[in-house]
Parts: sequence; structure tokens; C-alpha cells
Amino acid sequence: MLHRLRFIPGRILQAIPVAIGVTILVFMMSHLLPGNPAVAMLGNHATPAAVAALSKHLGLNQPLWDQYWLFLVHLLHGDLGESITYQQPVFGLVMSAAPVTLSLVLYALVLSLIISVPLAGWAASRPGGVRDLGVRGYTLLGQGMPQFWTGIMLILLLAVRLRLFPVSGYGQTPLDHLYYLFLPALTLAISMCPTIIRSLRASTIQVLGSEYIGTARSKGIGGASLFRVHVLRNAAIPTVSIVGVNLGFLVGGSLIIEQVFAIPGLGSLMINAILSDDFPTIQGVALVVALFVVVVGVLTDIVYTLLDPRVDLANTEAVR
Amino acid sequence: MTTTPAPTLTPPKARRRAVRARSLRPWYRNGSLVAGIVIVGGLILVAVFAPLLTPYSPTTQNLTDVLQGPSAAHWLGTDQFGRDVLTRLIWSTRVDLRIGFMAVLIPFVVGTVLGGLAGYFGGWIDTVVMRLVDIFFAFPFYVMVIALVFVLGAGETSIYLAIAAVSWVSYAKIVRGEILVAKQQDYVMAARLGGFSHLKVLVRHIGPNVLSQAIIYAMSDIVQDIMAIVTLGYLGLGIAPPTAEWGSMIAGGQQFITTQWQQATIPGLAVVVTSLGLSWLGDGLSDLLSPDRRK
Amino acid sequence: MTEEPLLSVCNLSLGVRRKGGPTTVIVDDISFDVAEGQRFGIVGESGSGKSMTLRAIANLLPGGVKVLSGTIKYRGDDLGTMPAKSRRRLAGPEIAMIFQEPMTALNPVMRVGDQIAESPRRHLGLSRAAAMDLAIDMMRKTGIPDPARRARAYPHELSGGLRQRIMIAMALSCSPKLLLCDEPTTALDVTVQHQVLRLLEQLCEDSGTALVFVTHDLGVVNQTCRDLAVMYAGEIVERGGVKDVFSGPRHPYTKGLLDSAPDFDKPDRELTAIPGFPPNLADRGDGCPFQPRCAFAAGHCATSRPRLERVLPGREAACFETARIFEGATA
Repeated sequence: MLHRLRFIPGRILQAIPVAIGVTILVFMMSHLLPGNPAVAMLGNHATPAAVAALSKHLGLNQPLWDQYWLFLVHLLHGDLGESITYQQPVFGLVMSAAPVTLSLVLYALVLSLIISVPLAGWAASRPGGVRDLGVRGYTLLGQGMPQFWTGIMLILLLAVRLRLFPVSGYGQTPLDHLYYLFLPALTLAISMCPTIIRSLRASTIQVLGSEYIGTARSKGIGGASLFRVHVLRNAAIPTVSIVGVNLGFLVGGSLIIEQVFAIPGLGSLMINAILSDDFPTIQGVALVVALFVVVVGVLTDIVYTLLDPRVDLANTEAVR
Repeated sequence: MTTTPAPTLTPPKARRRAVRARSLRPWYRNGSLVAGIVIVGGLILVAVFAPLLTPYSPTTQNLTDVLQGPSAAHWLGTDQFGRDVLTRLIWSTRVDLRIGFMAVLIPFVVGTVLGGLAGYFGGWIDTVVMRLVDIFFAFPFYVMVIALVFVLGAGETSIYLAIAAVSWVSYAKIVRGEILVAKQQDYVMAARLGGFSHLKVLVRHIGPNVLSQAIIYAMSDIVQDIMAIVTLGYLGLGIAPPTAEWGSMIAGGQQFITTQWQQATIPGLAVVVTSLGLSWLGDGLSDLLSPDRRK
Repeated sequence: MTEEPLLSVCNLSLGVRRKGGPTTVIVDDISFDVAEGQRFGIVGESGSGKSMTLRAIANLLPGGVKVLSGTIKYRGDDLGTMPAKSRRRLAGPEIAMIFQEPMTALNPVMRVGDQIAESPRRHLGLSRAAAMDLAIDMMRKTGIPDPARRARAYPHELSGGLRQRIMIAMALSCSPKLLLCDEPTTALDVTVQHQVLRLLEQLCEDSGTALVFVTHDLGVVNQTCRDLAVMYAGEIVERGGVKDVFSGPRHPYTKGLLDSAPDFDKPDRELTAIPGFPPNLADRGDGCPFQPRCAFAAGHCATSRPRLERVLPGREAACFETARIFEGATA
């Protein structure tokens, strides 16, 4: 089995041009702004001396390619510029906000799996039945609800009316975090579940109808073992791919949810940066998030190959 | 990942006719399609006839009647500037629907063309396009949209460009995927052997089926775009006030969630209804255009 | 010497009940017995109900299909009235089944060794290691070369013939008394078919396992089974010893099947196909189901249904005209 992992170096190599492309795109952002990029980086109140110094640092008088090269070099040293609003290195700001967002995203992922797997299983065991229609109805509805609105509704119900959870904020201790992050994570999970359920339900129905389930039944395997050993492992495979793809959307969604619930993560950082014209921070957050998605993509491919022995990514370009 | 379906041997025109004939029932029996048409049609009518539907103005402030609850005069109450909520809700339809429908156009065209070229010609074109797809795809939708709106300045054009930059990717993937499958079908090889040029094969033979898939996706994309516009409005990055827009209405309403909760809730419901209608329309269209692929 | 047959199917009818509509009968009132160690074949076209019969015995009927009437008795116990748990416990150590398409019948994400070992672990209570040893041993018995290494393979890494051997190993792993085979060689190349059949015969011979072999291939039945039943449109139309039936059929359908099958001993014989199509099961008339296609049909064949009746010692046929058609034919 280990020999199938030999595709990993190749896959990582494949991801590198994408990562580079991402950095190029982010780099271009500062040049798409009207005016001097150095002014964009420093804000309108910067002194001419500061602008000149930064221009030199960024190599603004050099050809574009060299500027990009400098940008990369700075990036690898952890230099993403300095936030105009906070007067601190962007890198530091991003690094302290990132774990918050990451924990929100993982929390949401766990919650959505807890919700989706049983629902998809129920729906698939009797397609067309009452449960199935209910689940599919929820799927349809879930797609139509704006995430931030779902969050506000949850606040209304569970925080304001029932007073079960806090309205907003992040808390101090890790235990606090779990408590404060519950509603935001639930909001994200509710929007993520329809996609997971749709995929899992379809693949479970397909698996349940396949011959090898008949074979297992003919061996007297039934109920929980059947589901665990034979059904789930097969049905989960296409869903893993879908989850991996949607992780990017999940991160994007978390940015919005952070605003709704006032969570000090990357989303709040970015949106506050926009409202205060803090360009370096915007650039930094965009870069970090995009690179994260690229890494997740590679990880998803690895997990997918480990799960499905029929796949050989060393030889085929997956038709994504 | 998955195996390609077995190739069919029927020539394209017969296949298209067969596809339509195979649609099990006439369009008016198709539940989703009818529901979708009714809802979306209704919304369009509301948008068009907005000025005639209510006596109030959506933007004029009336500071004597601030934050009133639902009453006979104001069915949904008033907001913090004294404006009638129902009126703003109705006028919002114009903004959100219009931008939603318009925003799909550029990504549709760009994505379809690039995806088509990549899928049909393969080779280096394919590699380049797919790398571009990967790069753009790495940016979560809102991150990209927000960043671009910042760079390009707020306003309607920026929204179109930002959404276009993010959404074209899906169209490219779909079209490329469809063409890759279609290319292997026997009827395409037969057409090429018959001496048809690349363009003709693309347009007459592969085109219709591929396009219908793209159109079906476009329906769900409109829903996504409306979501994006509403979300941008909520964040304060969308259409500038005082124009009525569902997202900014929700943002305004959030502050008063404890007293006038309907202000934050109702516009959201409007979005839900709109998405439902569009989703049903999309499902119905999907049934109509490719019934053999019903999920 | 009458001892309790291993398997006894009595007046079994299977069908699909539609809500507020007519019931479509798929298998109509069939009966047959299988003794210990007996090799019994069921022959028929697609749609004759032969696979459904097998699935009914194995408790693997698809969603809408139900037992309408009749009983299936295993060692005297009625499978239909048995609690579900007991019935499940029969699967593996008593009754096992092999399927037609080994690629789809094997779990694609599980190693073949584990799949073979699954049944002994569950039913015989073996430990993981002991079950794996048993699995490797079974693989060796089914003629798979280098079984220890092959046990770690996944189904898609093996050839069709090997996969079918895996299926056989899996089915026989708990030494069942009854093996149900649903067209196990249909999906294989001819040379591989032959090997697999020989293997099946050998293993069943060695362990005294009874075989119910469903197929549409007359040659396979001829080679493997001693007795057979011919099914058409859900009914058994002829029953008897294989050699006897093939050398002297007593039902027009059986005759038609034999006439349309190539015979290597008589390469110049012209093949005659049976005209017409198998009947629509939802549309049963009152007469003999084969009547529309029968070259020998008489008037009453369209109005009344013939029953399966003894025509010779050990031979039964469901045909009004059997005496007239086959008069003078040797038993």
C-alpha cells in the first residue's frame, strides 16, 4: 500500500505552480490599485521619507519581474508588510488570527459531519420515504439561506430568546472558546451540510444497491457491521473529495460569520482592514488563506488515495 | 476517479430529439419547473411593478415614524430612518434580482469559452487553463470578492468584475468535463471522419449538450450570486445606501434584533424564497434539458 | 429410503405487489427438492424467474419483490417463519451464494483475504489470525497461486478468473451444506469457465456440499449438474435428470432450447431459434405461457394452464401435448 504514496512528491510538485500563481495574483493586487503601491502600503498619511524608503524596499523603480522576485523573497522571510491601522507586521497579525479561524473551521467541519452522516444514512436507507423527503427538503432550503442570516436567526433563537448561548465574542479560556464558537460553528455547519448530505446520500444509495452488499448479506453480515465495514467506507470516498473542495468555501464563509459573531479571526481582520483602507493586511490575509486552500487540496488528494485503493494518482490526472 | 459512461452510437440530431422525447412528461406537469416559474415570475413582476405596489418611497426618511412595529399603515413596520420596511423589501427585489441575473453573464461566457478550448484541444491549452482554474479556485469566493471590491472600489461594476473573476472557474470546469466526455463518444469521431471542421463539430454536435449543462449550472450560479450580493450588502461593501437592498436591510436590522426582530428576519426570508424559486427553476430546466441525468 | 431433503421449495410464488394495482407474479407456484450433496441445475432465459428463486432462498430478494405464497424449508425448518437473526445465522455456515459478476460482487475497498475471512470470523468465532489462515488455505484450495501474497490484494488488481475463485473461496469458507450459484461462469472467458466449473465440482464433491446452479447455458448444466429444472415465465416446465432430459426432452420449450444451442458433436446441424419473445409477466393469460411461441400448440393450450406432471419415472413436464409431440421418443 505504501507504494501508492509515491505520488505524493509529484502532487506537491504540482501544487507549487499553483502556489506561485497565487502569489503572483496577490502581488498584482497592489499594482492594480491606482497610484503608487508604496502609498497604498503605507496609507495616505505617510511621510514622503517613509514612502521613499518603502519604494526602495519594494524595488518599485525596478522592472516588474524583479519586484515580484523581491516580493517572494520577503514572503519567505515572513515579511508581509506592516499594517497601516495597527502599525504592526502583518505577518504577526495574521498568525495570531489564523488559529481562531482554523478552530472555527474545524469545529464546523466536525459538527457538520456529526449532523450529515446520520441524516444521509437515514435518507438513503429508504429513498423516497418520509425521512428522505424531509432531508432533501432541508437540503434545498439550506442552500437558499444566506449564511450570515442563518447566524442571525440562530442568535435570535438561541441567544436572545432562549439565552442558551452568548450573542457574540470569543471568550478567554479554551473551554470558553468552545462555548462561544458553538453558534458560529453551527451556522457554518448548517450551510455546509446540504452539500455533504447530497453527496453522501447519493453515494450511499448507490453503494446500498451494489452487488457486494448483496454478497456481504449472503455471508450473514447485517445491520451496524454492514454499514460500518462495507457501506460507509465506500460511500465516504466521493464525499471526501467534495468536502476537500468545499473547505475553501468553508473558510470563505467563516470570514463572514466572524463578522456576525464578532470573532477575532482572519475574517474580522480582513473586513476591518477594508473598512480602514489597510491594504497590506488585506493582501496578507488573502495570501495566507489562498495558500491554505492549496495545501488542503494536496491533503485531500492524499486522503482520497489512501481511502480508495482503485485510485492511482501517480498515473492519472484526476478529472476534478 | 469515475469511469466515463459507455459511448452511444446515435447521431447527434436524433439523440437531441430523443432526449427531448424522453422527457417523461410535458413541461407543465413538471412540478419543480412550474413552481420555479411561478415564484421567479412573481418576483420579476414585483420588481417591475414595484412603484405601483406601495405608496411609500424606499429611500425618503421620515424621522417621526422611526422603528414602529407592524401596523395597518406599515405592514412590516418601519426601520430606524422611518422608511417602510415592506416598500424597501419590494424595491430591493429590483436591485438583487437584476444584479444576480446580470452577474452570471461574464463568467458564463468566459468560463465556457476557456473550458471549451481546454477540453476540446487539450494539450498545453488545457494545462494552462487548468492551472489558472486551480489558482483562482484557491481563493475562497468571499476573500476574492472582498479583495477585488477593495481594489476596484465599491459599486456595481466592481461587483460584476469581482464575481466574474471568481465564478468563471466553475463554468470552465463543467464545460471542459462535458467536452472531454463528449469527445470520446462515437458520434463525434464519426463527424470528424465525415470531414467536418473543428468549429462545426464543436458548434453543431458537442455544443448543444454542453451548453445545456452550463445553463443548468448558471441557474444555481444566479442563486450564489444573489447570496454574494446580499452578503456584500450586509458587510457594507455592496450597493451604497440609501438604496434598498436585502443585505443592508438585514445589517440594519441586526442592531434591533431584540425589539424589532422582523427587520432582520423578513429580508432573509425573501432571499430564501428567491433561492427556492430559482433552484426549482433550475431543477425543472435540468429535467427538461437532460432528463437522463436526473439525480 | 426417504430422508428429509436438504432444501425443499414448496409451491413458492414470488411477485411485486403494487399499491392499489395488480400484483405482477414473477415466480408462479414452483416446487423442487435438493438432497444433500445433490447437484441441481435451474435453466431458463432471462426473466424466467430463476435468479429470483435463488435470491428467495438466500433471503436476498430486492426491494419490491415479496414471497406471495409457498414455503422454503431448509433441513425441515421454514425459512419464512424463522426469526431474522436465526435466518442470518444460516448464511455462511449453512447456505452460501456466489454471484455472476465478481468485479461488482466484491467490496472494492477491502482486501480479498479480509473478505474471505469475514465469514469465518463472524460465524465460526475465529480470531483474526486464524481466520486469515483459513482464508489463505481456502485460496490455495481454489487453485490461486501464491495465496499468502494474493490475500493482500484488492479485487481490481486480480483477473476475472481469480476473482471468481475468490468468490468461491469466500462462499465455501465456512463449509456450507448448500451452495447457491447464480450464473457464476457467464462473465468469464470460455477456458476460464471450464476451470472454474471443474473447481466447483471438485470442491463440492470433497465436502459433500449440495449445489443449486442457475444458468442459461445448457453446456454448463450438462457438465456440472445431475438433475435439473427448466423454467419459463416463472414456472417449472420440465424436471428430471440432466442426461435424460437432454437426450429426450418432454417439453416443447426444452426442445426449442436444445435445438437452438450449438452442439460440437454435430457441427453441421442447423440451429433453429425459438420464434417470438419471452412473455410480459404482468400480462399473464389463462393458458400455457409458452403457447404463443409453441410450434405444437393445440386449441386448449391457450385456454388452460398445464400442470407439472409425471411423464416418465423421475421425469415431469408441464404440457398437455407431451405425449403427442414426443411419442416414440426414447426415455
